[in-house]
Amino acid sequence: MASTVGVIFSSINEENVPELTKVRSMGSLPFGGRYRLVDFALSNMVNSGITTVGMITKNNYQSLMDHLGTGKYWDLARKEGGLILLPPYSGETETLYKNRLEALKGATAFLKKAKQDFVVLADSDSIYKLDYSKVIDFHIKNNADITMVYHEHETKKSHYYMTFDTAKDGKITEIEINSTKGGIKKNYINVMVARRSFLLRITQEAIQHGYTSFGKDILSPGVKTYNLYGYKLDGYYASITSLNGYFDANMDMLDKDIRTEIFGGRDVYTKVNDSSPAKIAEGAIVKNSLVSDGCLIEGTVENCVLFRGVKIGKGAVVKNCIIMTDNIIGENCNLAYVISDKNSVIRDNRTLAGCEIQPYFINKGSLI
Amino acid sequence: MLRKKECVAMLLAGGQGSRLYALTSNIAKPAVSFGAKYRIIDFPLSNCINSGIDTVGVLTQYQPLVLNEYIGNGQPWDLDRTFGGVHILSPYEAKTDTSWYKGTANAIYQNIRFMKMYDPEYVLILSGDHIYKMDYDKMLQAHKAAGADCTIACMEVPLKEASRFGILNTNPDGTIYEFEEKPAQPKSNLASMGIYIFTAAKLFKYLEEDDKNPDSEKDFGKNVLPSMLKAGEKMFTYRFEGYWKDVGTISSLWEANMDLLGVVPNFELADRENEIHSRSPLAPPAFVTGEIVNSILATGGEIEGKVVNSVVGTDCVIEKGAEVIDSVLMSNITVKAGAKINYAIIDEEVTIGEKAIIGAPIEEALKVGGKCNGITVLGRGVTVKKGGKIPAGEIVDKNV
Repeated sequence: MASTVGVIFSSINEENVPELTKVRSMGSLPFGGRYRLVDFALSNMVNSGITTVGMITKNNYQSLMDHLGTGKYWDLARKEGGLILLPPYSGETETLYKNRLEALKGATAFLKKAKQDFVVLADSDSIYKLDYSKVIDFHIKNNADITMVYHEHETKKSHYYMTFDTAKDGKITEIEINSTKGGIKKNYINVMVARRSFLLRITQEAIQHGYTSFGKDILSPGVKTYNLYGYKLDGYYASITSLNGYFDANMDMLDKDIRTEIFGGRDVYTKVNDSSPAKIAEGAIVKNSLVSDGCLIEGTVENCVLFRGVKIGKGAVVKNCIIMTDNIIGENCNLAYVISDKNSVIRDNRTLAGCEIQPYFINKGSLI
Repeated sequence: MLRKKECVAMLLAGGQGSRLYALTSNIAKPAVSFGAKYRIIDFPLSNCINSGIDTVGVLTQYQPLVLNEYIGNGQPWDLDRTFGGVHILSPYEAKTDTSWYKGTANAIYQNIRFMKMYDPEYVLILSGDHIYKMDYDKMLQAHKAAGADCTIACMEVPLKEASRFGILNTNPDGTIYEFEEKPAQPKSNLASMGIYIFTAAKLFKYLEEDDKNPDSEKDFGKNVLPSMLKAGEKMFTYRFEGYWKDVGTISSLWEANMDLLGVVPNFELADRENEIHSRSPLAPPAFVTGEIVNSILATGGEIEGKVVNSVVGTDCVIEKGAEVIDSVLMSNITVKAGAKINYAIIDEEVTIGEKAIIGAPIEEALKVGGKCNGITVLGRGVTVKKGGKIPAGEIVDKNV
């Protein structure tokens, strides 16, 4: 494929899930039992043949760094290129970036130094499989300035979003921000392809003009001035735009078809831990759940995603829950629609419940 | 700066493991899967790094492909060091001589130059067919404190089993006065665990002498240790207490797997101190919806059937209506709907067709006995067709 460099925004849209991003960046949000959200965009890049990836970080990137390390689990620990962490306050910026455009400005030096012809920009708040090299082929074929990837679904209106219309050949004819129209639309998923030189030029111009929004100030008016194309992502797509959305996307992984689509190729890479195999004791009941290494289940678990090292005590009944790494759920507890962040302890006999549209959230490291 | 390592470990991984039959048709014994997500060699390698020993030579000879691929650069065990780390040592062709490893002592002898590269004070000799957690550093400290030339790790075994082992007869101070290889009438129940620490200079001296002796079988237990003893070198035992199991036979491999089951198992792997490392596969968590009782399972499974008292490896599919009881499933195994597996060890990449019946319930199988004590063994890559039957105690190496 054409030589391509990747850029991932690891700390974007965190305001959508403040509970979960209080202690970490969006990219290091745990997902699906053993992954972090950044694994999906990063694995997509690696599987598309991209071997140089810049990771744009913000203030809270400790857990992200801990996860990514040298990039060896993504085969990105390399002499040439590889995974390159782009810390905030780099380059000419003296304040923390406030928006995508400023974040991109912070990556200017990285992008200038890169030798690749094309750039793929992606967020780290979504779960999908996409071969970016196909987007680049499409981009070249259409002689596009920018190719924006979209997914067709009914828009959830809880957050900032961008939708657009395309002509038959994929050329974008109109862009709308926070559209109020209902129904299934072409939702931009914040994955974009451009020539590196073009991206550097428009970023530079936007900064000189004092623009603040990549969407409002560049893409939206760009319909008239640039050659913008839309590339359709088929298949599963979920982005974490609310706590509820986080819950739903995790639960989606209990669906065999979705699970097979995302993980069937065994090519979503992640940091590896050496927990022992999961243990299901005598008297335990496990239904329709994902069970990770290091779990010890002595109670009842139904419709749950259990991360590594979760202990479910005797007589406990845990249903429709997402229980993150190293939680200890005591004996005879009763949990329903709970999202429990890492390292929490629920003492014996506690009953905690949220509901389908409003899961109950337990902070990291709580003792209840 | 002259760099050196205080202690270098040499891991004997060349054995064929013929008593594991179909399980070692194409791979070396240390590469055999164990405990859902491990391979046997994970145990000595993890013990090394957890004991502060970061230089390990792995001596391979028999079917090393899977083992070499698995060890790779040693990264899963933190053995990818810039100085030291894990090295695969295969037999090689030299200017004057080309030879396979002719015994445990000869294998080490042929790699004297490897050890000398690190200028070690001590050499730790390990074998690749035991399941245990051990802090070799404690043994090394004991060796140093005693001023020993050779220290042999040992543990008490039931006297009636003692004739299966190398037995050490000791004085009250722990020094060894006699070494008996598999004695018919054992004088003690102190069994050698096949773990030796040598003061390097002594080891090199005796290996070189042994090499010149045409009558020697080039074996540590039979030749090198007895000649050291005869020469009056200081040889000590080091008592190990804890879980240790030789998994050289089908039934001991099955038992060791079963020792992992239970909330308080005979052998605990969940302990995060001195964790056993392994090359973990890239699979999502196991999806579980079947009836599972007292079992362990690795990642990537799709478990919809019934699993009782069993060990289920990575990426296994157990369909609805299938039953797996008292069995060990390695990785990438598909058990189709309605199939029943009892008291069996199933190697990697096996497919069991619908309604096939493998083995028999444990009480019946034990009556069958045979060389695998009634355990049914399916070798790597075997496919059992729909409705197929494999009787208890059979060893199957090709499709049926």
